[in-house]
Amino acid sequence: MEATERKIKSMDATRRKFDWKEFIINNNTFIILLLLIIVSAFLSDTFLTTMNLRNILLQQAGPILVAIGLLFVILAGGIDLSVGSIMAVGATVSAILITDMGMHFSMSIGVAVIIGLAFGLFSGILVAYAGIQGFVATLATMTIARGVAFVLTEGRPVKVEAGTISTLVSKDFMYPIIWITILLIIVFTIIHRYTGYGRKVIAIGSNETALKLAGVRTKQYVMSTYALSGALAALAGVFVAARSSTGSATVGMGQELDAIAAVVIGGASLMGGRGFVLNTVAGALILGLIGNIMNLMAVPSYPQDIIKGVIIIAAVLLQILTSKRDRTI
Amino acid sequence: MAPDYIVQMNHISKHFGGVKALQDVHLNVERGEIHALIGENGAGKSTLMKVLAGAYPKDEGTIVIDGVEATTATPRAMIDMGVSVIYQEFMLAPDLTVAENIFIDQMQQSGMFINWKDLKRRAKQQLQKIGFGHIDPGKRVGELSVAYQQIVEICKCLAKDSKVLVFDEPTAVLTHSETQKLLELIMQLKAEGVTILYISHRLEELFAISDKITVLKDGKYVDTVETASITKEQLVTMMVGREIEQLFPERNAEIGEEILRVENLRTGDLVEDVSFSLRKGEVLGFSGLVGSGRTETMRAIFGADKKTSGKVLYFGEEVHFKNPKQAIRKGIGLLPEDRKSQGLLLKQPIRYNATLVSRQGNGFINHKKEQEEVRKLLARISTKYGSTEDNADSLSGGNQQKVALAKWLAVDTKVIILDEPTRGVDVGAKTEIYQIINELAENGVGVIIISSEMAEIIGTCDRAIVMREGRVTGEVPKENLSENQLIKLAMGV
Ligand SMILES: Nc1ncnc2c1ncn2[C@@H]1O[C@H](COP(=O)(O)OP(=O)(O)OP(=O)(O)O)[C@@H](O)[C@H]1O
Ligand SMILES: [Mg+2]
Repeated sequence: MEATERKIKSMDATRRKFDWKEFIINNNTFIILLLLIIVSAFLSDTFLTTMNLRNILLQQAGPILVAIGLLFVILAGGIDLSVGSIMAVGATVSAILITDMGMHFSMSIGVAVIIGLAFGLFSGILVAYAGIQGFVATLATMTIARGVAFVLTEGRPVKVEAGTISTLVSKDFMYPIIWITILLIIVFTIIHRYTGYGRKVIAIGSNETALKLAGVRTKQYVMSTYALSGALAALAGVFVAARSSTGSATVGMGQELDAIAAVVIGGASLMGGRGFVLNTVAGALILGLIGNIMNLMAVPSYPQDIIKGVIIIAAVLLQILTSKRDRTI
Repeated sequence: MAPDYIVQMNHISKHFGGVKALQDVHLNVERGEIHALIGENGAGKSTLMKVLAGAYPKDEGTIVIDGVEATTATPRAMIDMGVSVIYQEFMLAPDLTVAENIFIDQMQQSGMFINWKDLKRRAKQQLQKIGFGHIDPGKRVGELSVAYQQIVEICKCLAKDSKVLVFDEPTAVLTHSETQKLLELIMQLKAEGVTILYISHRLEELFAISDKITVLKDGKYVDTVETASITKEQLVTMMVGREIEQLFPERNAEIGEEILRVENLRTGDLVEDVSFSLRKGEVLGFSGLVGSGRTETMRAIFGADKKTSGKVLYFGEEVHFKNPKQAIRKGIGLLPEDRKSQGLLLKQPIRYNATLVSRQGNGFINHKKEQEEVRKLLARISTKYGSTEDNADSLSGGNQQKVALAKWLAVDTKVIILDEPTRGVDVGAKTEIYQIINELAENGVGVIIISSEMAEIIGTCDRAIVMREGRVTGEVPKENLSENQLIKLAMGV
């Protein structure tokens, strides 16, 4: 008890001298996000309107979930390129189940998520048990999943009747996907920070051998991160279907790159072992904001990509610069 | 005549966050001498050497090398000034070959393309020069034993024609005969005019080779003394600030029934035929050269490696552990020899490391409670650290070892296997670790110690088994334990 008090006191002593540098280093993603919001507000009058902000949230709900799923894979030292394609599977499966099979939309969401989880599990087994590198295994899954989405829809977007899946974005229900996303952000923050599961995922990314020798069967954890990533990607796909009332096989094209960028902007290490859920969310929002403000300013889409790429590099550089601590060789 | 100093470090200070690693430290080394640096774990020895090597920027102080002040202390600049460091934690690239590692920063020499043949030939020469011509320059460094990696590291520094060579605990990973070889090599380098800075926790080595000794304590300079003018006891007192009466504390050995029995164990590599038994409350030593199969034997018992034949009986029952988890469930623990690659999550908080074994569940974690537990645990083995939330790599070498050990003290074990448990640990802390081993044994745990330090085997064990080339060559009871006996059996003479 006494020891704790002393500890708290000594912490107080350091806290009194507020260390700006430390603060900036620890919160650089959030600071970048804040700066971006301020700049955007100056650049466009429409930016700070409720409607625009709501649109950003509705739009970014999916990418945020995808980035969180990917974060867990990356924390454990892996990578998942299949998330974009699994989004397409999620979108098309949910649409087909409602339109062609007459399933209730809530059921269809569940089925879509389970199928996404199955795709992730497939990658996870290849990585953890067959020893295929994450990059290669998920590259294969990426192609397969995209193919499945096209086969299912025969290449045509599947329309979904209004009042079913669009409930997810309906004003009458207070825009459920925003609340679902916030809930999931909280859940995964807790899992990451306050559970043995999260601890193990981080530990695997730091030193898998040490963890194995401490008696942890690491393979199942590695596998589980891919499954988680697949499930969240499918849910993100459902969100897209909900917003457009269509299930299209082209959903999520290139989303894996945005997700990787979000995780990296959030300060995670691609080598594994380091990264935070909230920072990743901020990373995804940063990317979303960049797109949003350019749309508001009517920047044409091709230059948008160029500008976005440059801003990603700038954000990551800032991340590296501000987090550089003592030089150790 | 004023002494001819080649290294002059004065008023050096360095802090990491709130930790003052060095405060106003001096180190003055004369040309051509072997200067030893000594102090407890965390005293700042490695930090001082890293400052010298330009790996860490210093907060304050001056560094003068051979009369020239080092103003831009980057690793490159210091190497150009003739200072090379063989670090405690190696800096080798495991996927590159021996030759590539030795010449890693001199590869561009032969024009645009690398002349592999020449590179290998020169590597071979370097290795031969120090008596290790039998190491294949084309082998990947990751495949070498730790001892051989050390040799490669030394070669790498020699290849740079250094004036000052720093050895940070070079013998911690070496066996007796390898240590002798290295010490001879150092004497030879001295004869060639190289100045040596030498860090080790093994006092006998310092007395064997050093001319002068500088003592650090808690980041502060204590004194520099002539080796010839001081006794071991005096040195230890300077180092730890108190007298250590007995390096190996007494134990009331109460040896009970047999708990582990290994019969004709064999693995795919290295372990040819090993049989032995361990009893309750017994401390059993494993001696032998590096590569004699001791580590592999233990890994096979622990389920980390597959055994190809043989039996393991645990409390009289035959067991087949397919992975460490099963072994741990049954109450067996293993502290691996290489803490950096197998024992620790270097980039994670100390707390995560200390609870690596005890926290097997996936459920909720109470951080406050865990911090409290970890603090208690680490206090039990007098670990020096800033906060439980600091990363493990911020600890000094010896304290890293204590954290690695701590994770096994947090759980109940019936058999605990310690592979080089005091590697890189200072005298004071060593005694503390021996005390912990004693406590474990007194509580009925069967302890197996693999050690390359014969004094440790002799001082702590109730019985020793000697291995050579994958086989047990002898079993020595406590009363017959002597260095001579152990060497004979280890060498097979
Ligand atoms: N990179 C770092 N970040 C934070 N603290 C550090 C770092 N490196 C060293 N320290 C701290 O500085 C102090 C001195 O450490 P150092 O490694 O120099 O000790 P040492 O004398 O070499 O000990 P050992 O005998 O155990 O190797 C320790 O308290 C250690 O925790
Ligand atoms: Mg050290």
